[in-house]
Formats: sequence, structure tokens, C-alpha cells
Amino acid sequence: MSTVEQPVDDRMGGNPLARQAARTIFQKGAPGRRAFMCPELDVPEVDTHELLPARFRRSTPARLPEVSEPEIVRHYVGLSKRNFDLDSGFYPLGSCTMKHNPRLHERAAALPGHARLHPLQDPERAQGALELMWNLQGALAEIAGLPHVSLQPSAGSHGELAGVLLTRAYHEDRGEHRHKVLTPDTAHGTNPATVTMAGLEVVKVATNADGGVDIDDLRAKADSDVACLMLTNPNTLGLFDPNIEEIARIVHGVGATLYYDGANLNAVMGLSRPGDMGFDIVHFNLHKSFTQPHGGGGPGSGPIAVSDRVAPFLPVPVVVQREDGSFDLDADRPRSIGRLRGFQGNYGCFVRAYAYICSLGADGLKDASETAVLNANYLLARLREQGIAEYLPLAYGDLCMHEFVLSGGPMKRDLKLKTLDLAKRLLDFGFHPPTVYFPLLVDEALMVEPTETETRETLDAFADAIAEILKEAARDPEIAQGAPYTTPVRRLDEVAAAKRPRIREILS
Amino acid sequence: MLAAIGVGSLQEIFDRQIPEGVRLGRELDLPAGRPEQEVFEHLRELASRNTSAEDELTFLGAGMYDHYIPALIDMLMERSEFLTPYTPYQPEISQGGLQVMFEYQTAVTELTGLDVANASTYEGPSAVAAAGYLAKLDNGRSTFVVSAGLHPHSIETLRTLAHGYGMDVVEVPLRDGVTDPDEWARAISADTSAAIFAQPNFYGAVEDAEALSAAAKDAAGPDGAPVVVAQVDPITLGILRPPGECGVDVAVGEGQALGNRLDFGGPSFGMFAAREQYLRRMPGRIAGETVDVDGRRGFVLTLQTREQHIRREKATSNICTAQALNALAGVVYLTWLGRDGLVELGELLLARTNYARETLAALDGVEKLHEQPVVREFALRLDADVEAVRRRCALHGVNPGADLHALTGRPEDRGGLLVAITEQRSRADIDRLAEVLGAAVAAEREAVTA
Repeated sequence: MSTVEQPVDDRMGGNPLARQAARTIFQKGAPGRRAFMCPELDVPEVDTHELLPARFRRSTPARLPEVSEPEIVRHYVGLSKRNFDLDSGFYPLGSCTMKHNPRLHERAAALPGHARLHPLQDPERAQGALELMWNLQGALAEIAGLPHVSLQPSAGSHGELAGVLLTRAYHEDRGEHRHKVLTPDTAHGTNPATVTMAGLEVVKVATNADGGVDIDDLRAKADSDVACLMLTNPNTLGLFDPNIEEIARIVHGVGATLYYDGANLNAVMGLSRPGDMGFDIVHFNLHKSFTQPHGGGGPGSGPIAVSDRVAPFLPVPVVVQREDGSFDLDADRPRSIGRLRGFQGNYGCFVRAYAYICSLGADGLKDASETAVLNANYLLARLREQGIAEYLPLAYGDLCMHEFVLSGGPMKRDLKLKTLDLAKRLLDFGFHPPTVYFPLLVDEALMVEPTETETRETLDAFADAIAEILKEAARDPEIAQGAPYTTPVRRLDEVAAAKRPRIREILS
Repeated sequence: MLAAIGVGSLQEIFDRQIPEGVRLGRELDLPAGRPEQEVFEHLRELASRNTSAEDELTFLGAGMYDHYIPALIDMLMERSEFLTPYTPYQPEISQGGLQVMFEYQTAVTELTGLDVANASTYEGPSAVAAAGYLAKLDNGRSTFVVSAGLHPHSIETLRTLAHGYGMDVVEVPLRDGVTDPDEWARAISADTSAAIFAQPNFYGAVEDAEALSAAAKDAAGPDGAPVVVAQVDPITLGILRPPGECGVDVAVGEGQALGNRLDFGGPSFGMFAAREQYLRRMPGRIAGETVDVDGRRGFVLTLQTREQHIRREKATSNICTAQALNALAGVVYLTWLGRDGLVELGELLLARTNYARETLAALDGVEKLHEQPVVREFALRLDADVEAVRRRCALHGVNPGADLHALTGRPEDRGGLLVAITEQRSRADIDRLAEVLGAAVAAEREAVTA
């Protein structure tokens, strides 16, 4: 173990600062130090206490940092070096589609005509922005196979909420009060959380032996109280449900709608469309399939596409094209569910997604999905080689779509390595680990999504790293059990953090 | 690669998985791909057909503001290490992002005078709706009481979501530009889950936050008081009394003014701060401090048992991806302003806003909509059609502000103009606005009488 305790190769960029003790910006600086120079008071001086009575005034300033610009730059650049990121290495985080973020998109979004456009600018003087939104809506409609799009939701879960509220509005409009929403037990946690927020009730549907929806269970639970089935396809096991047409028939047969969680859309662009599968409502994650950078946890954007029967209820405002060819925002839609947020949505994300679609075109989008699936299957094949498969078998299926789920059950039993240990040891090899412990029905799950923008060499290196860690564990499991060793900090005490939460700096 | 997989062709992978009936079987009906320089040119051309804050002298605000963004924010937001990772699920390699969240949370609690803050929500109006959901989970009562001084988008968003989880929204009107204290007290009852107002309100007026909070608490039923929620504008908190000192329980707000671009409305971030007692009901990510196995200080996502990926249908919110990068800009902006800078900026805005208000209200056909104190934005009433006046101003390269009636739809807001001031609008700019607006109002009145 002595060889691994010393960080021979600091994978966080070889930066000596990376392992310095963490001091927050609030612990730096000195009284009176500053970066900001306030513009001069150029209006006639008046007693500002007359303008704002003392009872409305703050008595002591907020204890913000007092630091100079060079200190700010050093501090945050230093912090950045304590982050692993997609631009530095492989990030096969399942369900998150960590594909390359082209720099063109940042440059385009930063153009003042986009970046400094006020959301209340008159539509006739924001025609470029509205045309961009119109074109993006059209492209997303074509990709989804559903004709009507709202770009408003701020993220996938926000799109889900829009979708469930739309379903509710659709049924209420027909005089029906359906209170159940079906979700498979493989569903993302956002699905059931959304259902509760929309005032409906979650009913779980079982998964069959092949990893798809259990049709008998679905039939048993699909009744006239069901408003909707929420489904991800390919699902969170990376499997395209072979019974999707039958599922759609059953759900539509009881008058319910079918909702498509678009988190896994990267598997099927240009190959198969949710609308053609029978879905009524789809959300997109522009930060997954369409390259909006993930930003360390946002911003995202979660547009929705819907069928004709759901369209009257879309959130306001919607982008419309007038007869003269100009574009406008229309908020006058009496059956709309209303607004989900301020203004028009995360336009900065629209610019990036639209740039991506323009760059790739019809061909390129299909190629992206094909390559994503090819890469996943290739990596899966590499991980089914001897020395790996016996410890990390594929949980379901044979081939996969854009991602796959391994079970670490045998690894835990035979090598005394939990999935968490494997993940932590991968950090020492310079890889971001796959998603761990999801979906919940797989024992010691490891969910791998390589994406189309990785090379074969990277996939090989990742498979080799897994093989090496398993080999190492066969000799000495304690190495991985104690990993990581080369990161700015080692394993952190999450239990203590939750027990006595300290979620802000203590200031003197 | 195909040989390794054990298939004869790429097509076989799909044929074996996707049922024939749902294969697209044709090309998507989209234009062909284009090289980078052509795509950039297309996006540049689209941008050129927008009139941005760079192209005109703008006084638009109403929720988003044209503040100066320091260059170091652009530099930091473009750094790969902040731009391209995802939510810090692996804390050992995400200490940078987690510490930024921790610092951001510290800054927000300092600004608001409240105990705890999350790492961000989507944006302002949806943060108001999230505060409503917190109140519903906390006390299970049936009604939200909201001041008409709340941003209309916040009221609309709250209504959309409240309908979902089955709650009523009761609106309290304004009197003299601020929440009518009698109506407010009358509206709040034992059924009130949350009482929600804005500080400053949508019409620019500073509310008596302490009195509104106290009235809500006085109206408490046997099961205790409603949750008092304030939507605040963070840029004003250098000079305005923080909500935590005014009896507010939950403070939310639009964070765009803190170092984020206008971006035609997003992405920005939503602030969310609360008293300690609501910590375990908070939505979204929260970074917490801990130590690693060597005793080294570190940060993790904490209290995750609130969240959707653990608690599923019993989660306090469905939020997953929030606005981490935008919150980073927020905390860097506050650090750049610093302790004194936030106060100085607030005083500058206060002085210029009041200069602008007096100068414009002195014009013929222009009057104040209310006499309440204002700090960064104010409402006027024009004796002319607002849209027509705005069009006339546009011909001179001036955007005088937002049409109040178009935003609220309230009949009493006809003729209303909402004017916002930032540190980028100098006295000379305000004088220019007065000249152009005065002429436009005069011309419009003349055109109507002629």
C-alpha cells in the first residue's frame, strides 16, 4: 500500500495548491481592501437619509469579503484547480450525457446581441432572438416527432413538472379528475418527486426480467384513474423497451397520456422519435443531448414538445410567427396552464443548443446518436472481457443503447469491493466514475454512459483501468477501500456533515 | 469496434433493439450540418437583429437589470473547471465547485440576514413558487396570501404551481404604491400557509417589511403563524434592512443583477434563504462542511435525504440541475463589490434613482405613480399612450422603461411606466432620457388632440 499513499501523479493538474488547506474567500483579505471602484456621484447631493428613512435602512453592512482583484482571481482560479471537469478527462456519468461542449457555442452566446438583450425588449426589436427560438422549436419538434414546443422550463425536472401539469389540465378540460401517475421502478427520482409536486399520486410499475416494463403489471394498474405513464426510453438500464408499442396501446386505451423523460434522448436522435412511439409529451435536456455545458450543476434547460391534444395547455408565453413572417410572443392563450417562471426561459442555453443543431444538421445528429450507442456497446464489450465480467456483470440485456448498467454484486462478494470503492479508486486513475447506486433495483449498480465524443483510445484506457483495479483488489482490497489518494481531499465524512450541518462560513 | 461487440454492422445493433414499427426510417427534416464559421456567422446575423443594451440607452428593468459585469467574471465562468463538470456527486474531485457553493451560501445568508441558504434555484419567480411549496410542506394549510406588489411573473408562476398541489392564491391590493396594510391583515387567517410580498415591490416602492411580517404573525391561528416570504432584490440589500431583521422567514429573489447577463431572460439564478427551522424543508442542493479521513477540511453535498434522488415522491422538491455556474458569478460579483462596495453601489443607485424620478416627474404629462421611497426603480404615470411614447423614444435610441399595464394587465396601471437605474446610467443619460421622454409625451399628446 505504501506505493499508492504517496501521490506520485497528481491528476488534478499537478498543481501544488490543490492540496493546500481549504480557506474560504471570507477568511482572506483585510479591512478596507477592495476591487470595486464605485462611479462618482454625479447627481446633486441630497441627504440620502431623507430619501430612505432610517427604519428601512440596513444598520450594519453585510460581512462580504474585503479583497483585491488579484486575490479574487488567485482564490477562484485556485478553487477551479480543485475540480475535475469534462475538458480534462473522461466523464462517463450515466444518465447525464457528458458530451463535449464546443467552444463556438460560448462565443456565439456571448455576442452582445444575445447576451445583453433585455427580456422585455419589444418583440419587433428582438426578431433575431425570436427567430432563433422559433427555429429551435421547429428542430426540437422534428427530433421529437411532436409538433408543438415550449422552451420555457428551466431544466429537465422543470420540464417534467410542466408535463404533468399539462396532463392534469388536459384531463380536467375533459371533466376528468385522474389522480394516479404510473412510473417504472427504474425511473429517475425526479419523476416521482414531480408527480407529488403536481398534486398527483405515484403508482410504481414493476420491471420485467428483461429490464423493460412488466406488461402484466402495467395492465393491472392501468385504469381510468391513471392520468399518465412517465417513461424513459431507452430506460435507465440503457435498454430500448421492445414492447413500447404495446405499452402505448395500453396507456392510451385507458385514456391516459404517455410522458417521455428525455434524459436519454441522446440514444435515438434521428433513429426513433418519441412521438412515433406514441408519446404525448416529451421533455428535452438541452444540457445533455444538446451540449449546454453542465456548469457544475446548471444552468440547464428543459423544453417540452407535445401532441395536438395537449398543445392548448402549453405554458405562456409561446413564440409565434405572424402572417407577415415576423415573430412574436403570445401570452393570450386562455386554456394555458400559465407561467412556470419569469420571462421566456434560459435563452442563453437556446443559443448553444441551436448552434449545435445547426453545426450537426440532420446527418450529424443521427451520427451522434449512432456513435453514442456504438461507443457504449464497445465499452460494454471491453468490460465483458475476462477478469471483469465475472465481477461486474451486465445487469440486464445483451446489447445496450447509449448507456449500460453493471452490477457490482459479485465484486462486492468475491473481492470485498463495493461499487463505491471502485468509483473512488477510479479517481486515482484520472477518470470521473460512472453514476453509482442507480437505478435502485440493480445491486451495487454502476451506470456507464461514454457519449459519442470519446475516442476508442479513451474507452480502452477506461476499461484497462477497471481491469487493473479489479486485479489490484484481488491482491489487496484495502487499496481501493481506502481510495482515493491523489485527490485534493480523500474520502469525506458525509454522515457528520448531515448530522451537524455547517453550511456557511463562521464569521467574526 | 464492431468485431469486439460481436455484430456485423452498426445497423444490427439498432435492428436488434428498436422495434421496426418505431424506427424513423428516413432522415430528419432538418438542414444539413455546416462548418463552424458559417454557424457563427448565422448566429452573429441573428444577434445583429436584436436591439441590445449595447445598442440603445435603456432603462428597462422589471426583474432583470443591465448592471456592469466585471471582466473577471467572464474569465472565471469560461474556465473549463467551472464550465464543464456536473453536479458534484464525487466530492473528492469537486472541492472547487463545492467550496464555491459554500461561499455563495455564506454570502446569501449575510445579504438576507437569515440562517441558511441553498446553492441556488432556477430563477426568481420559480423561487417564489418553491417557497410556497416549502410552506405547504411545513404547515399543510390551504391558502397563499400574496401582495399585488409581487412581480406579476411571480404571482403567475405561484398560481400555476399552487393549482397543481391544490392551493388557493389570494391577492392583496396596493394602496399608495405599497401593500394595503388593512387588506393584508384582513386576508391572513388560520388557513394561510404563506404570506408573500416583495421588497422593493414591483412598482419600485420600499415596503414596510417589518410591519407586513408583524401583521402576518399577529394573524396567527392556534397552530402558529404563516410562513412569511419576501422576494428581495439582492442589489438593494446593501442599504435596505435585510429580511431576516424584519421578521421574514424565507427570502427568495432573482439573482441576475449579481454578475449575470441579461441573456433575454436567462439563465440566471434564484436565491433561497430561510430561518434555521426550515433547513430540512429547503429545496435543492446544499453544500456543507466536513473533514476527510486525514482530518483535512472539505465540502460535500449535504442533507440529501431531502432530495428527489433519495426521497423520490416524498422529496421537498423535484429540482436536480439548478444554476451552479450562475451562482458562481453571483458570489464572485459580491466579492468584487466587497463589504463597502455593495453599500456604495446601493447609495449611488438610491441617489440617481431619486434624481431621475424627480427630473422625469417634473416633465409635462408625467407624474409619479406613488410617493413611496424608491431605491433602484420607480413607476411613473404618463398622460399619453405608453406604447406610442416608447416607440417615439426608440426612434431616438432611448428605451424609457417597461409598460406597466402590459405586464400586470391591471386597469389602474394604464399609463404606467417602470424606469430602472443601474450604475451604467449616468446623470447625463438620465438627462437625455428626460429630454427624449418629455418630447415624446408632448408629441403624443399633440398627435391625439390634433
